[in-house]
Amino acid sequence: MLEIVNLHASVDGQPILKGINLRIGAGEVHAIMGPNGSGKSTLSNVIAGREDYEITEGDIRFHGESILELAPEERAHLGVFLSFQYPVEIPGVTVSNFIKTAINESKKARGEEPLDASSMLKKMREKMDLLEMDKGFLSRSLNEGFSGGEKKRNEIFQMAMLEPTLAILDETDSGLDIDALRIVANGVNALRSPQNAFMVITHYQRLLDHIVPDYVHVLFKGKIVKSGDKSLALDLEERGYDWIKKEQE
Amino acid sequence: MRGKLCPVSEQDQILNEVTSSEYKYGFYTDVESDKVPPGLNEDVIRMISAKKNEPEWMTEWRLDAFKIWQGMAEPEWANVHYKKPDFQAISYYSAPKKKQINGLDEVDPELLKTFEKLGISLDEQKRLTGVAMDVVVDSVSVATTFKKTLAEKGIIFCSMSEAIQEYPELIKKYLGTVVPKTDNFYAALNSAVFTDGSFCYIPKGVRCPMELSTYFRINESGTGQFERTLVVADESSYVSYLEGCTAPQRDENQLHAAVVELVAMDDAEIKYSTVQNWFPGDAEGKGGVFNFVTKRGICERGAKISWTQVETGSAVTWKYPSCILKGDNSVGEFYSVAVTNNYQQADTGTKMIHLGKNTKSTIVSKGISAGHSHNSYRGLVRMGPRAINARNFSQCDSLLMGDRCGAHTFPYIEVKHPSARMEHEATTSKIGEDQIFYCQQRGLDMEAAIALIVNGYCKDVLNQLPMEFAVEAQKLLAISLEGSVG
Repeated sequence: MLEIVNLHASVDGQPILKGINLRIGAGEVHAIMGPNGSGKSTLSNVIAGREDYEITEGDIRFHGESILELAPEERAHLGVFLSFQYPVEIPGVTVSNFIKTAINESKKARGEEPLDASSMLKKMREKMDLLEMDKGFLSRSLNEGFSGGEKKRNEIFQMAMLEPTLAILDETDSGLDIDALRIVANGVNALRSPQNAFMVITHYQRLLDHIVPDYVHVLFKGKIVKSGDKSLALDLEERGYDWIKKEQE
Repeated sequence: MRGKLCPVSEQDQILNEVTSSEYKYGFYTDVESDKVPPGLNEDVIRMISAKKNEPEWMTEWRLDAFKIWQGMAEPEWANVHYKKPDFQAISYYSAPKKKQINGLDEVDPELLKTFEKLGISLDEQKRLTGVAMDVVVDSVSVATTFKKTLAEKGIIFCSMSEAIQEYPELIKKYLGTVVPKTDNFYAALNSAVFTDGSFCYIPKGVRCPMELSTYFRINESGTGQFERTLVVADESSYVSYLEGCTAPQRDENQLHAAVVELVAMDDAEIKYSTVQNWFPGDAEGKGGVFNFVTKRGICERGAKISWTQVETGSAVTWKYPSCILKGDNSVGEFYSVAVTNNYQQADTGTKMIHLGKNTKSTIVSKGISAGHSHNSYRGLVRMGPRAINARNFSQCDSLLMGDRCGAHTFPYIEVKHPSARMEHEATTSKIGEDQIFYCQQRGLDMEAAIALIVNGYCKDVLNQLPMEFAVEAQKLLAISLEGSVG
């Protein structure tokens, strides 16, 4: 589904990603771990198409086609979703209005009919139940005055509504208490299917107790330096990143 | 669409419309006009008055205003720059020739086409409930609907010309009492040459059962438009009045100097909403309407006047809908969104004059500047020596798009009684790249993202508009800001 080939990216002339190779197939969950500053968030932003990054070499292919020339919204229409590490506030725009607009813009781009109001509401209710969210949530201004946990839950709610084929979760666990973590993880697990894939970026093993990955990759200084199965995450939890840093030096 | 509740389901359509970038309502209807030659002098004023078969007192009133105007100078204190109009080059009267209208079949087909383009065909309006239309095209009312329903309640809603003929006592009593002929340069000019407009009277204790609505259009090349509106709400009555504007695209500047007077008697309430979308000039700032408007209301005891405006058009806007809170416990409100793009200039705001005890006013102003435009909020809150316990809350926010535009705030405060309380909040913000990227990641393109963010920013004001108007306003905001980022 997603194929990243020798990807190099820089910000303001400063190289951040230095030759990433990664293949994610349908139905798979990949965890990306690594110390601060290793390029995890850059990787997610580059896949989503943020303009601040310059791709200097390599390619990103989605279902076999390069997406490097596509605008962020075009990538979204193909089914790429990014759960933001720091979701932004949009005052005066309600959660329900935002999601409705997002869904129907994507549908329009795909040449599909917009979702009618009652189906939309029904779907919102289902997904809110799944994520144990309060009904009043829908009429609040997007992320305005939300706690850290509410923001992250709102991201997963949007993901559940948009039903992406590739969901990138950028440190979704940061700022979540243990109950919220469980709820968010349950939400993600409920959405897992043989047709879609997840890329989970995290610092901590604890999220991976709930969302069990098929593969774990360690990103260090802009490169994937180690890949393995879920036991790699446990190793990292136990030993930290120092041994990997040492291996690299 | 008008008159129906549809703001939510219309959202997509609104966003769809963001894709094309030329001024949407830039067309021109070829209606034969009855037009006086350019120029202004006593004879022209007598001619206008005669063409309208006005009584002698009205002619004298106009001539008096003309004398006053001749002794006045065009104001220069506003934060706007433009080439002053040549008042002798303007034709002061223009009326479509066919005037006796008994049904739609008698309306000029060209005119009907125009209405269809605007989506307000009379055909449709007649079917729709809720909104009565007094359509003004080039200075003369050509159609009025729902008059009968209103008449049953004793409500008068007609053109100003008709009111002068049919209700001379009411006009003599109220015309010029809120905005006197001497008030300012443009108000004096309007008083001398106004050609038509609307008059509305709500009797004691009557709640007007529908939104009263007027469409103004400027449709004759080089014709100044001088509307005169008078709304009188008698004791304990209520009326909601909508004013919406679109204009054909023209190369030369068009002057618009309207006067709107509102009289709210004891315990009456008037809600006056405007969506203004006149031609703003092209991307280089050429052409476009000059909008120099005087709008003011007076509140007697316990009365309330609420102004809501969405200003997206005009090359130059000079407009301060105001409230004189004369009676004790009266309330004044001003909710405004002013958008400027390209080379547009707007100097707009309000005046809240607190005279009575326990008077309250609220000001919410949202300015949006894009392109090379300049957007100024200018507001006065005055609390007089007898305004015990007067209160005001003001919020003035500015949103900047790009780095070549300007936002300015000129708040004036005069307080003459120590019990007065005032709050003033002001913010300036920019649409962040983070916000836009976030929306894009969810599938919105740049224009849709901006439309969404801007509508959110203006929500407090848009919420004040009647439903059917709010939809139109959202569309206008999106259209006005096309191509302003990226």
